[in-house]
Amino acid sequence: MRASSSARGVAVVAALVAAVAVLPLLVVIPSALSTGASGALDYLLRPRVGRLLTHTGMLVVVTVPAAIVLGTLAAWLVERTALPLAGLWRALLLAPLAVPAFVSAYAWVSVAPWMTGFGGAALVTTLAYYPFVFLPVAALLRALDPGDEEVARSLGLSPAAAVVRTVLPRLRPALSGGALLVTLHLLAEYGVLEMMRFQTFTTAIMQQYAVGFSDTAGSLLASVLLVLCLLALALELLARGRRRVARVGAGAQQRAVPAALGAWTVPALLFLAVLVTLSLAVPVGTVARWLARADLTGLAGQPVGGLLRVTLATLVLAVLGALAATAAALPGAWLLARHRSGMSLTLERLTYLSSALPGVVVGLALVTLAVGWARPVYQTVGLVVIAYAILFLPRAMVSLRAGLAAAPPELSEAARSLGLRGPATLVRVVLPLVAPSVLTGTVLVALAVGTELTATLLLAPTGTDTLALAFWRQAGELNYAAAAPYAAMMIVLSVPLTLLLRRQILEER
Amino acid sequence: MPTKRHALLALVLAIPLLLTACGGKADSGFTPQAGVLQIYSAQHHNVTQAWADAFTAATGIKAQIRDGEDSSMGHMIVEEGKTSPADVFLTENSPAMTVVERAGLLAPVDPATLGQVRDGMAPSTGKWTAIAARSTVLVYNKDLIREDQLPTSMMDLAKPEWAGKWGAAPGGADFQAIVAGMLADRGETETRAWLDALSRNAKVYQNNIATMKAVNAGEVPVGIMYHYYWYRDQAGDKQGSANTALHYFGGGDPGAFVSLSAGGVLASSDLPTQAQQFLAYVTSPAGQKVLVDSGSKEYVVGKGAPSDPALPPLDSLDAPKVDPFTLNSDTVVSVMTDAGIL
Repeated sequence: MRASSSARGVAVVAALVAAVAVLPLLVVIPSALSTGASGALDYLLRPRVGRLLTHTGMLVVVTVPAAIVLGTLAAWLVERTALPLAGLWRALLLAPLAVPAFVSAYAWVSVAPWMTGFGGAALVTTLAYYPFVFLPVAALLRALDPGDEEVARSLGLSPAAAVVRTVLPRLRPALSGGALLVTLHLLAEYGVLEMMRFQTFTTAIMQQYAVGFSDTAGSLLASVLLVLCLLALALELLARGRRRVARVGAGAQQRAVPAALGAWTVPALLFLAVLVTLSLAVPVGTVARWLARADLTGLAGQPVGGLLRVTLATLVLAVLGALAATAAALPGAWLLARHRSGMSLTLERLTYLSSALPGVVVGLALVTLAVGWARPVYQTVGLVVIAYAILFLPRAMVSLRAGLAAAPPELSEAARSLGLRGPATLVRVVLPLVAPSVLTGTVLVALAVGTELTATLLLAPTGTDTLALAFWRQAGELNYAAAAPYAAMMIVLSVPLTLLLRRQILEER
Repeated sequence: MPTKRHALLALVLAIPLLLTACGGKADSGFTPQAGVLQIYSAQHHNVTQAWADAFTAATGIKAQIRDGEDSSMGHMIVEEGKTSPADVFLTENSPAMTVVERAGLLAPVDPATLGQVRDGMAPSTGKWTAIAARSTVLVYNKDLIREDQLPTSMMDLAKPEWAGKWGAAPGGADFQAIVAGMLADRGETETRAWLDALSRNAKVYQNNIATMKAVNAGEVPVGIMYHYYWYRDQAGDKQGSANTALHYFGGGDPGAFVSLSAGGVLASSDLPTQAQQFLAYVTSPAGQKVLVDSGSKEYVVGKGAPSDPALPPLDSLDAPKVDPFTLNSDTVVSVMTDAGIL
């Protein structure tokens, strides 16, 4: 039953994708090594690098668990309890994905200027990134057959113990995937941390590029980020486990009976209200306040046509980037789900590495490579789309991996035994099964591309303007009224995308 | 459910096709156009745009602007080398231009253009010219400190009594120029001592604006910044500067350093005449007036063109005399690295 020939074809494509994804490393690593071992050690073994390591570590150690706890708790309340207005909460809890993290940081700094440093950084990143955990966990909790849980209850376990023993283990792939995304974003996060005056490797790399005039120091710091990323990837592999999530069985799957909240209803509502206020109301309210100031002064100097043109360019790039990243993730994810081996695992892990690097590092590396080896693609839409695919592959990969894990391989095998060939199986069996997760991956990448700054600035064709660039330009001039329309447009564009994500949770399997 | 799902997927797949179809016209902005002057600009977008528009109106030569930031754009031009699409490069601070100059990528600026700018506003090499200037200032909170309590030299901030009382943004290109000026003026030993004090004693902010706002909010009594952000805020709603005033060090002090925004023509330009014309326009009285009218509050550098009347005259600032080409960025980076700032 091994479809070895098609698997080999997919493996070749997956290897090609992995090769493209690690292209930036071909520039970063030689540049880091260019000073020689002693020079590198001199640079890295400094108190400041120790401080950066501590800061980066602190952020990951606090934000990742916080995002897991908040995301899981919220998902459980919405999907498994008799929470009033669950549908509304589901949409509101996903909505922070529609607000660019740096807009949210701007908002927090203007609402609470005293809240800087580690506390502010951890708060804003947690609020911005918990939906990465909420989304897959909610989808899984809703789809998960409650049968095991009920059996556990009938055998005398308490409700809590039944959840811990039967539901939590099933959540492992969703939790670890979400945690991995949060970690990668934290490693590469710049805008929020700079606003919050909290220095990590990424902010230090940005400074190095702003002040320094050799790439070596920036590349050395970037290499440390790569090591941290490898560490995170190894940990996630251990955390995910190998338990099967897919289910094939006779009869219809049952929907879990919602747990009654009783006296806990009010605290639960209060918890969600606070979470939504902090993660959504603060940034959206601030943008609305800027927008109110913009009505007379800002819009006069802001031709609506200009805003539309910028919006259209952003949309084109977001859609192209999202399709590229999703298509690139598909072979690796499929290979991992169906032919798990050392090689497929390596190919998948390789695609995560570059995304832990700040955009400026990936951007300048691609400038070097394109100028030296592929001059015709330099400053074309094609190159910036490749950069988006490299930077945001993990968002697609994590979603697809979860979707394929939940799609029973037996169905493909049955299709093949009935005479379907490889490609036909893909189109008629696999894709329909994983369509929701393909859509999720695509949407998550599109959201990221729509707010990307540095790689766009370095690689997009001359004359390209995006909402994020326009916002950043005006905000950098302290001109919040003029920046507001761009921020508002980014949020408006993202709302339908987050509604698509909501469908992913609601999708019945 | 499946039909709905398919419709949704079809929609997602169709969007790019639709967009590229409708985007046909908008696409023209997506490629460098032949015969159009390519300006790589790290200057404030509004200023460059105003210059380009006025230049096109005056000469009929069209220009396209590529936005960037000092250092990454400088790196980018060096990577592009002789095949760079850029004709003109404009920076906020001169060290990024020096990087391009050292890579041998700049053509000499027309002597007539250099003759239009004030003395000392171009490097001795003549490879680029100043297009605007900004002065280092000490911003202070009027409620927390009196003018007579302010330091007489920026070097005094290194003294123990100022520990924890000053703010700066050492991580940006702006500050790098200030350190470069100090290094050229005071030498390495004194600069190192001052930077050590900075890394121990100063509160670090991400940029000039954040420093100014922190001083305004009373987080620190004084901060180092460039002058024009303050004047812009004062001309606007004063949200970030109402409680503050500016102190000019003067007397040739490193704290009176004037940083030059630079303009240069790429040796590889395929429109060298037009590129030289652009620099000539920017530094002419008409071009310098565009700078003033843009509201940027930067100093003009052309002869016979007045800066914004709100600013104290550039000549009265008594800035230290430094040849901008000697602003040695490698040493700057190494002293800042050793001080633990980078």
